[in-house]
Amino acid sequence: MALHHMREVGLKTIMVCLKRVVDYNVRVRPKTDGSGVQTEGLKMSINPFDEIALEEALRIRERGEASEVVVVSIGPEDCQQQLRTGLAMGADSAVLVRSDEALDPPSAARVLLNMIERLEPGLVLMGKQAIDDDCNQTGQMLATLWGRPQATFASKLELSGEVATVTREVDAGLEVIEVDLPAVVTTDLRLNEPRYVKLPDIMKAKKKPIDTVAIEDLGIDTTPAFQVLAHTAPEPRARGRMVRNVDELLAELRERGLVN
Amino acid sequence: MSKVLIIAEHNGVTLNQSTARCVSCALELAPDCIDILVLGSDCSGPASEAAGLKGVTRVRTITSEANAHPLSAVLAPQIAAVAPGYDYVLGPSTTFGKDLMPRVAALLGTGQVSDIMSVDGPRRFRRPVYAGNVIVSLEVPEGRQVVATVRTASFPAGAPGDSPVAVEETATDATIPTHTRFRELRTAGGDRPDLQTARIVVSGGRGVGGAEGFEKLYSLAGQLGAAVGASRAAVDAGYVPNELQVGQTGKIIAPELYFAFGISGAIQHLTGIKDAGTIVAVNKDPEAPIFEVADIGLSGDLFEVVSQLEEKLG
Ligand SMILES: Cc1cc2nc3c(=O)[nH]c(=O)nc-3n(C[C@H](O)[C@H](O)[C@H](O)COP(=O)(O)OP(=O)(O)OC[C@H]3O[C@@H](n4cnc5c(N)ncnc54)[C@H](O)[C@@H]3O)c2cc1C
Repeated sequence: MALHHMREVGLKTIMVCLKRVVDYNVRVRPKTDGSGVQTEGLKMSINPFDEIALEEALRIRERGEASEVVVVSIGPEDCQQQLRTGLAMGADSAVLVRSDEALDPPSAARVLLNMIERLEPGLVLMGKQAIDDDCNQTGQMLATLWGRPQATFASKLELSGEVATVTREVDAGLEVIEVDLPAVVTTDLRLNEPRYVKLPDIMKAKKKPIDTVAIEDLGIDTTPAFQVLAHTAPEPRARGRMVRNVDELLAELRERGLVN
Repeated sequence: MSKVLIIAEHNGVTLNQSTARCVSCALELAPDCIDILVLGSDCSGPASEAAGLKGVTRVRTITSEANAHPLSAVLAPQIAAVAPGYDYVLGPSTTFGKDLMPRVAALLGTGQVSDIMSVDGPRRFRRPVYAGNVIVSLEVPEGRQVVATVRTASFPAGAPGDSPVAVEETATDATIPTHTRFRELRTAGGDRPDLQTARIVVSGGRGVGGAEGFEKLYSLAGQLGAAVGASRAAVDAGYVPNELQVGQTGKIIAPELYFAFGISGAIQHLTGIKDAGTIVAVNKDPEAPIFEVADIGLSGDLFEVVSQLEEKLG
């Protein structure tokens, strides 16, 4: 039965993880007491890599290779905004795991594993990193805890039966690997360009369900692996000087012994 | 007694310089021993290079056909089998290490410190967040194994040791999954200098306007013995391949001299070059943010500047 079903509609469920982060256009500063970063009043968005992950999931469903896309977020009540955006883009339903504390990647992976157990997805898509903590860990940790393959930094994803062929952006160029499904795929920038949300979609999305779960009810250990001591501003680079022409540029470079 | 295990990055023939940079980071932990683990189908080349690095105690190899390509799902269980007994397990913050090390950390039941940029004590580290706009200091509790990636641009490549240390083949009983299979690696390659290790980098952005424009940068780079890099906008537009991208989500580099031609200076790009020795920016917009961080700025048309540079250097 199950196999027959798989062949007809491809995957049943794709789970996409969306993190609420400070918009990439905003310059973030540490709080003066170093206890964190100033985020009050800043524009918040879906982590750009996760938005690409969602776009990919929607395209897979639209090609008829999956039947539903569920977006999952972990965070405060305000994450509803990002989940609503995800629903307006086209996700079918959403789950918010409400947590007022920010989780580190190992804890996030444990919570997402719990979501996998509930949703039983054939594929999990998420960004390769979140642009707030820049950790680049959660997808890999989730795949490991799940005992399944990972294909990180994806710039192309093809599904065929129970196998995904993924082109990955690596330092040496492009690597192509094949993974058995289910698997976790983390997305890179050039996988696709996410669609714009239109007003009617926002209206329609209001009717779609967001299921809320309190993190305490999951019984998952969310103790941070490390203790954060301080947040500071980076050493600024001293402002340099402007030169007027190429001769002055070369004179300066030669003085520094950088070119002959 | 503190012990460090470093996971070597290599291409089957030579050791990647990122490994030597991990050794420099490890030395700052003042450990009693630094072992390097090489996994491959033929480890001999990379292992003998690793054995020659200053500060290394021992090189361990795991030779197996399964390790012919660096598939994290295949390597991680073998590393996890070797890791007990080490206080630190380090890998480079390259795509190799970023893919692999979290898998190792999860198998070992610990967290990962990503992108160590400085060591403030045996369990205290600093790392950049928010594209380098904020630096976090953190402490790993006593008794917890430290799995980390090392931000390679923050540490020197180190010097060769006095005489090579021993290389030992290691056996593990790790179960190797077959659910992940290598198909191919497509690399533009060529004999151009490597972007991550070059002394001089000539980078171009959207302002370069196309692949033909980049030919001019390649030509200047050739004259300078430089590698070529690019902004995301230039890669997205298809002017150059992805492996040239510099920045938050591309390569983090620290050349002695960096040229930014037609790059506006978005924070995501700047975080990739903040450790460069001298940054030269050429942009026709005198208000471009790149001039706020450039050591030497020249406002003007990049093509005119490039051709004058070629002529005057030639
Ligand atoms: C999640 C995320 C991750 C990102 N990661 C990266 C990353 O890793 N690396 C990265 O680079 N970007 C990254 N970006 C993109 C970044 O925000 C910028 O969009 C990008 O860096 C802009 O590239 P650019 O400077 O080439 O283009 P533009 O900003 O368009 O600048 C082009 C510049 O060229 C100048 N110019 C045009 N013609 C000429 C001429 N003839 N002579 C001289 N100057 C000229 C213009 O004045 C302008 O300043 C990321 C963005 C996001 C959202």
